[in-house]
Amino acid sequence: MNDFLRRLLYLPEQASTIARDVDTLHYFVIGITMVGAAGVFAAALWWSIRYRARSFDARSITPRVQAGLAVEGGLLAFLVVLFIVFWVIGFGQYLRMRIPPRDAMVIYVTGKQWMWKFAYPEGKQTISTLVVPANRDVQLVMTSRDVIHSFYVPAFRVKQDVLPGRYYTMWFRATRPGTYRIFCAEYCGLSHSAMWGDVVALEADAYQRWLEGEPLENFVQLQPGPPMARVATDLGPDLPDYPPGIAEASPPRSMADWGREVAALKGCLACHTLDGQPHIGPTWRNLWYRETTLADGRVLIADEAYLTRSMMDPMLELVQGYAPVMPTYQGLLEPAEVGAILELIRTISEPLPTPARPPEPLVRPPLAPGSPDRVDPARALDFIRETSERVAP
Amino acid sequence: MKNYLNAETTIWSWLSTKDHKRIGVMFLVSVTLFLLVGGIFALILRLEHLTPGPTIVSPNMYNQLFTLHGVVMVWLFLIPAIPAGFGNFFLPIMLGAKDVAFPRLNLASLYIFWVGALVMIYGILDRAADTGWTFYPPYTSVTYTKATPVLLGVFILGWSTIITGVNFITTIHTLRAKGMRFMDMPLFAWALYGASIIQLIGTPVLGLILLMIVMDHGFDWGLFDPARGGDPLIFQHIFWFYSHPAVYIMILPPMGVVSEVVATMAHKNPLSYKAIAYSTFGIAFVGFLTWGHHMFTSGMSEFNAGIFGILSMSVAVFSAIKVFTWTGTLYKGSVWIRTPLVYVFSFLFLFIFGGMTGVAVAATSLDVHWHDTYFVVAHFHFIMVGASLTAFLAALHYWWPKITGRMYFEGWGVAGAILVLLGFVGTFFPLFLVGNGGMPRRYYHYSEQFQALNVLATAGSWVLALGLLLILVTLIWSLYAGEKAPPNPWHSRSYEWMTPSPPPKENFPETPHFVRGPYDYHLPLEPP
Repeated sequence: MNDFLRRLLYLPEQASTIARDVDTLHYFVIGITMVGAAGVFAAALWWSIRYRARSFDARSITPRVQAGLAVEGGLLAFLVVLFIVFWVIGFGQYLRMRIPPRDAMVIYVTGKQWMWKFAYPEGKQTISTLVVPANRDVQLVMTSRDVIHSFYVPAFRVKQDVLPGRYYTMWFRATRPGTYRIFCAEYCGLSHSAMWGDVVALEADAYQRWLEGEPLENFVQLQPGPPMARVATDLGPDLPDYPPGIAEASPPRSMADWGREVAALKGCLACHTLDGQPHIGPTWRNLWYRETTLADGRVLIADEAYLTRSMMDPMLELVQGYAPVMPTYQGLLEPAEVGAILELIRTISEPLPTPARPPEPLVRPPLAPGSPDRVDPARALDFIRETSERVAP
Repeated sequence: MKNYLNAETTIWSWLSTKDHKRIGVMFLVSVTLFLLVGGIFALILRLEHLTPGPTIVSPNMYNQLFTLHGVVMVWLFLIPAIPAGFGNFFLPIMLGAKDVAFPRLNLASLYIFWVGALVMIYGILDRAADTGWTFYPPYTSVTYTKATPVLLGVFILGWSTIITGVNFITTIHTLRAKGMRFMDMPLFAWALYGASIIQLIGTPVLGLILLMIVMDHGFDWGLFDPARGGDPLIFQHIFWFYSHPAVYIMILPPMGVVSEVVATMAHKNPLSYKAIAYSTFGIAFVGFLTWGHHMFTSGMSEFNAGIFGILSMSVAVFSAIKVFTWTGTLYKGSVWIRTPLVYVFSFLFLFIFGGMTGVAVAATSLDVHWHDTYFVVAHFHFIMVGASLTAFLAALHYWWPKITGRMYFEGWGVAGAILVLLGFVGTFFPLFLVGNGGMPRRYYHYSEQFQALNVLATAGSWVLALGLLLILVTLIWSLYAGEKAPPNPWHSRSYEWMTPSPPPKENFPETPHFVRGPYDYHLPLEPP
């Protein structure tokens, strides 16, 4: 039945845990609304024929009929209840789709005109092809480098816009190994329709072997993308070509290590520690997804979105007990560098307990008089060495 | 006999007229021209999609064409067509007035419309914008095409819309015939009132956001550039705060047309006058609170998405009130199945099925898959374009005798109506399925699996074009060869039929005094 309706409605295969449920709601809503619509339209046609005019005399009259409140009210009450049922189921699914499971593995995604770039915590980077293990929750932390794009995998029934200057998360769990098409769904300029890619879901051990360096071609046959960007030659020579497949970066290095380097070079570690000690700013250790009390009394979860906002607009949501001294990093950090810092924070935080523990009390740090707000690189490297030793188990 | 058409005949008498009927006719001619322009853009777009790869235009031109198709159809056809065209012509007559409240402003609104259209045509000819009619930044801020003339054109057109809204609201409040209460007005007047409120409240917000994006695009202000502290998402919120209610500017006046045509052709009082009048305001009000359903995947909070989802469904409840009432009006009537009513059937078909897909899209989780795919394109073409277009054609045939003094050809009229419905469904039904399959909109290049359905849609667009062409040719021909129209060919009880066809310059030969309601079909028609 599911398969028959899916083909009838031209829906793509159901390759994620959410897809089957979304499609079931789809059949339910479309079925009921189409039958209802057909019923109303048939009534209009039937009454037009049943009561067609037999004389065209100017003196002919018709009886005055007014709607009974009970009839119209009853129909409306039925509609309202029906719509609320649709909404409750749909919104429930929407929440499930949007809120990632806590133990999901993380992959960082950057959209740009006109390709998708993926960075894996273990240090691999790919372009246009996202490699994930099947049967595992995968969370994407996404941003855009230029204009708005939208990451859309029809077979998973998920979609998320990415805007520059903001971070978004989405998640999915592929139910079986395979190759699934990625489209960009938000218009992004000349080669918008060529911004394709593939999600390659591998068995867990194949994924591990790929991470360790085995080429992807050993596991799947890659399909070429559309020959589109080549057509668009009326705009000059410097158009990027669509690169199907994988671009290997320089020797893999874990994103957390990269994040450590970025944090040192950009001066983050002058105020933030990695070992749990509060300093000029809050420590990064065990910050990931912990409840944080702000200066104005609000309590929120320090997720990717909050952490990114804090880097870009630090005064907006200041943590309680800290002085408003942090400069903005707007324009100073590349999107990928922000991703690397987030990955660092994630790896030095203990895995999240379920349910969440109550927030840890914050202590106002002793502000050393004349403490520097910029760090000199020589001291920073020592600092990293120290803190990494302390963080390492 | 002297009427508004032959009272004066010089070109200057048309260009300097303050007669709402002449202004209405000039609006109708103008919007019909732009329907032709937007339609040609659409035909090229459909032709391009005959094959998955390049067919007849370059990707750059494709992007410009879908932008211009949207801009021209929305602001030069759908929004002015019924209010500024038929509304101008019939609102004062229906109220028993000699003219609208501000005749000079009314003429100004026509000139502003033409200026806006000219600026836009300049924008079309000179490196036209490729931003999509939604003008989302940061893309619009950085595109190498010229977005400024198109944006300014829309900004100018907004003034014309606002003036029309002010004029209609004032006219309804101050110029009703002696003894006519609000609840005695024909339902078309209520529909125009609802649309005018939206025009008045929503359009300034559009003007504001368009000027901001002009500053970004033309002068590099960086208002929406995140690197300089701007926020592209704010644009989407403000843009849809206007552009969602704008859908009701496009659909409320068509609903008014349907209320008139159904009652006249069924020769029956509306099943519930109050239900139709009040639900207009329900739609106009709730319409301002639903813009977020355009942004379920844009990164809005889950809470917001839920609220916007349920509020969007409430629009469907108010629309359902109207649909039930129109359908029930046919019950126990004396139904003349003529061209205007055939268009009303088309309207009901497109509106009911399109509206129901709208309820489906408001169920948030389903929208995640459909958002920005051809499903949404098909949905809004059904409900916003299809319903508005069929109501426009219904109005054109229904009021043709009154406006021109000639009858259209009944056989050709029905043939045109059937072709338009077949063509429309043929074009957009396959696109629902294409969207289900996951083909994003604004795609020059698509996967081969979608080709069969795209070819069907393209074939449908030709049937639609043929139907519209047939209507245009036979209507123009009827101006010369049509029968002379009697004052009231439909035996309607509504007020615009109580004056000769075409009406004299001052609308009624003598000051009208309406003793009966506009829907008193339980009483025999008195000779005018």
